[in-house]
Amino acid sequence: MKIMNCPLNGPRNISEFVHGGEVRNMPDPNTCSDHEWAQYVFYSDNLIKVVKEWWLHAPSGYWFIAERHTASDEVLKTYDPSELFKERLEFTANTAETPS
Amino acid sequence: MSITPHPRPRLKAPMGLLVDLNKPLDFKFEGMTYQGFEGDTIASALIGCDRWLMSRSFKYHRPRAPLTMAGQDANSLVQLGGEPNVLADRQILVSGMQVEGQNYNGTLDNDKDAILGLFSRFMPVGFYYRTFFRPLGIWDKWEKFLRRKAGLGKLDLNFKPEYYDKKYVFHDVLVVGSGPAGLAAALKAANAGAQVLLVEEQAILGGSLSYNRFDVEGLKADSLRAELVAKVEASENIEVLLNAVCNAWFTDNYLPVIQGKRMYKVRAKECIVASGAYEQHVVFRNNDLPGILMSSALSRLMKLYAVKPGRCAVVLTGNDDGYLTALTMSEQGVDVAAVIDMRAEGVAPEIDSAVKARGIHVKRGYTVYEALATRGNKHICGVDIREITAPGEVSASAEIIDCDLLCMSAGYMPAYQLLCQAGAQLRYDDAAAEFSLSNMPEHLHIAGSVNGIHTLAAVMSDGENAAISALNNLGLSEELSAEIKCMSQPNYPWPIFSHPKGKDFVDYDEDLQAKDIVNATRLGYRDVQLVKRFSTVGMGPSQGRHSALPTARLVASSTSRTVTETGVTTARPPFVPEKLAHLAGRIFDPYRRTAMHYRHLDLGAKMVPAGNWQRPAFYGADGDRDRSIQLESQHVRNKVGLIDVSTLGGIEVRGPDAAEFMNRIYTFAFLKQPVGKTRYAVLTNEHGVVIDDGVACRISDNHFYVTATTSGVDVVYRDMMKWNAQWRLDIDIANVTSAFSAVNLAGPNSRKVLESLDTDIDLSSEAFPYLAYREGTVAGIPARLLRVGFVGELGYEIHVPSRYGEALWDIVMKAGNAFDIKPFGVDTQRLLRLEKGHIIVSQDTDGMSHPGELSLTWAVNRKKPFFVGCRSVDILMAQPQTRKLVGFKLPKASGKPEEGHLVINGDKVCGNVTSCEYSPTVGAIIGMAYTGIDESEPGSRLAIRIDGGQMVNATVVELPFFDAKNQRQEL
Repeated sequence: MKIMNCPLNGPRNISEFVHGGEVRNMPDPNTCSDHEWAQYVFYSDNLIKVVKEWWLHAPSGYWFIAERHTASDEVLKTYDPSELFKERLEFTANTAETPS
Repeated sequence: MSITPHPRPRLKAPMGLLVDLNKPLDFKFEGMTYQGFEGDTIASALIGCDRWLMSRSFKYHRPRAPLTMAGQDANSLVQLGGEPNVLADRQILVSGMQVEGQNYNGTLDNDKDAILGLFSRFMPVGFYYRTFFRPLGIWDKWEKFLRRKAGLGKLDLNFKPEYYDKKYVFHDVLVVGSGPAGLAAALKAANAGAQVLLVEEQAILGGSLSYNRFDVEGLKADSLRAELVAKVEASENIEVLLNAVCNAWFTDNYLPVIQGKRMYKVRAKECIVASGAYEQHVVFRNNDLPGILMSSALSRLMKLYAVKPGRCAVVLTGNDDGYLTALTMSEQGVDVAAVIDMRAEGVAPEIDSAVKARGIHVKRGYTVYEALATRGNKHICGVDIREITAPGEVSASAEIIDCDLLCMSAGYMPAYQLLCQAGAQLRYDDAAAEFSLSNMPEHLHIAGSVNGIHTLAAVMSDGENAAISALNNLGLSEELSAEIKCMSQPNYPWPIFSHPKGKDFVDYDEDLQAKDIVNATRLGYRDVQLVKRFSTVGMGPSQGRHSALPTARLVASSTSRTVTETGVTTARPPFVPEKLAHLAGRIFDPYRRTAMHYRHLDLGAKMVPAGNWQRPAFYGADGDRDRSIQLESQHVRNKVGLIDVSTLGGIEVRGPDAAEFMNRIYTFAFLKQPVGKTRYAVLTNEHGVVIDDGVACRISDNHFYVTATTSGVDVVYRDMMKWNAQWRLDIDIANVTSAFSAVNLAGPNSRKVLESLDTDIDLSSEAFPYLAYREGTVAGIPARLLRVGFVGELGYEIHVPSRYGEALWDIVMKAGNAFDIKPFGVDTQRLLRLEKGHIIVSQDTDGMSHPGELSLTWAVNRKKPFFVGCRSVDILMAQPQTRKLVGFKLPKASGKPEEGHLVINGDKVCGNVTSCEYSPTVGAIIGMAYTGIDESEPGSRLAIRIDGGQMVNATVVELPFFDAKNQRQEL
């Protein structure tokens, strides 16, 4: 069984973790095209490379980022999401047309 | 009548490392009594009594006897009481054992099915596949007969279960195998301060040191073994597991080690595999006769068990080891008629002279072409030897040598299984006939003969080298490893001599001959993996330990490729067969009870699982469901009822950004939600699909308490944590589900019940209106009260710290006595909410349900800048709608649809029923179903196909079914 290093809890069995998908940038939901939004929601690149992924240490409810190679399954590093998401995220006012 | 066969005299010390000749043991084999000694295996005791035939082969029912004496072949599989397929050469003898042979018709000695061997010409490889498939159905008729002919052992269906367990252990270094390489590695690592676990498959430490002869004098192994074992025993850093098998390699050195009835789950920082190598047989006609065995097997019989294996032996070898075995036999009183060396160049001079000094005849460049058998192929009685003229080819002129024993040594195949499971690549050097392994993971190391190192000094250095690599990784040493060179090449390149009459076995387990493999390639199976699947080579109990190499060689040669190009078949866990009992175990599946659980049992509740929880479905007998829930629902509508809703998820959101967070997570608007009010909260995912709902209570400006569905709360909590890891709002989120117990007190009399309790909360409808939230004490218990209308009656959800849960239940039930209170279960609650048209997320929704389909657009605020899934909801709502969740009604007497029954329009399925129940309040069968948008208007007719294919016609009606103006809940 694989071991993953949780930035909060140290090395733990992989069975304690839940995969949360690739880290992806959300396009501005109020200004992007339908196509861009569909790309974001439904499509994954699925390439052989190092990807940034969300992982959850389930017993402690802690989400973090892991950089993993999709072919070798090697986890190169793990770190707190604050390294990627440094500031409070704001959403602009809804300017898109809304259905009545 | 049974005769007791006389045991033959055993050899004297230092032979017999494992047996105590002062302690004889009696046991039975095939009904006859035999004598062995303490420390014997079943096989060594039987051979000690000159009893060789132990089993019949799988296909041709040929007599078979032990080949390796190390549990590596299937020839010695026997039936031990109720347990089939026991390895006779590994199973330690116990006094009074009842042992039987396997796979015969009649008796082991006179197997009527041995005649099958005569028809082998008509049963080529793939015979069963190619014969019994036509005409259709013929296999069903043949199967029973064929399975009986090919069966292995009998199962005892009246077995008594036994206790097997697991142990989880952690070590710095795990060393697999305690031969010279493993011992050297373990000592080196332990001396540097590493905690070492040393795993040995046999009963004593030493591996080849315990049975193999390394020098002409025959002294080196014993003294070296004694020295190393003493050091291991003296080391505080080494733990030893004997009779234990490391049965697989899993990622990051997670290693199951099986010993007896225990499976050790070992996590090792570093793993050193010193698993050794398997001696390989020579392929010639009748190479499977009892009395023909590996050179190492003969050494084991003599050295470990003091068994004198025969009177007159022939040694067939392709390396120096055969000569050394010949020396031991000669010293122990076995006549060695000849050493047949397949190599033309012969052996090292000092060995050659030692052998000749004992008067042993040596033939260079010769091979055994055919073994000659006594009647019924029961034992070898001689060999036909011929000069090798080219690889695999021999001269026409033969010489016959009489013998009752033949040992073979064609070379060694590394025990590569664990390493290949770890992703190592096996390469074969066709010139040196030697394997090598590469591409190991970082924390896995290899040492000794599995690494292609064979001379004793080099093997020891290689073990130390592996330990140094491990110690470097552990930070316990900065020593550099030295380069090891081993000039010894013990592998003879082509030990295969096909015979026109066959019975030249490549795979003993599956009775596969050289021509079977060649024929498979001629039928087009060029890939070694396909040859394996077609011919079943390597699929038997010995898993290709002896058949993989000759198969690869035959496939390579008949397809004009090299063995490197052909490759060998994949090795997968488990390494040796393991019992289901080793794998079975407790599953740690949470089983959750609410604080009021035992009150429900006392009241006769029928409990059902809800997520991990146990909940009362209704209170009544198993078969009385419908009547029970109808009575309970009427009671809530007319008087007052109490339901345990502790399983409801509870999440606390606190902090300056709490309202902003709620506003982003849920579809409704929460920024301006007044303190002391509740609000319905719907959660959509990024696809715009409704995935949960609950009630959000604003406790203060910076504090929300929000409920979630019983089975959904864990996912909701995870989603919240993940979103805020990106949003970085100033809040704290806590899943407080188990911290609170809760009841819903519902019905026209609920306020009266609550008023009769001592509470500091003003319960009047003005002070505590519908949808309000209050905190206070109820009968001295600190409580959160929510006026919600899930069941559509005046009602109060009372949430209290879990430790008060049972007390709260008792207090409310007691106070309710005066108002004829009755408990109601979750099935009743489902009926009550259905009457009100309230959905249950995941029962009335599926993976496509967006708010529009569920008529929940009132709970979606599109004026705010964002909520999760907002853009998807916009896109979905802008499209023409295709389906809708509607209410439908059927007369009481109609057939009742069940959840999942289909709504059919003409020849199209246009929806399905999600909830349906008979409602005594409405006086009709009511339900909800998805329909096409065309049939969703009230008054439309829905054709629903119910059990048995019957069609019923329901009418679409406006929701809710009851109390359309929602007056009852607002009292």
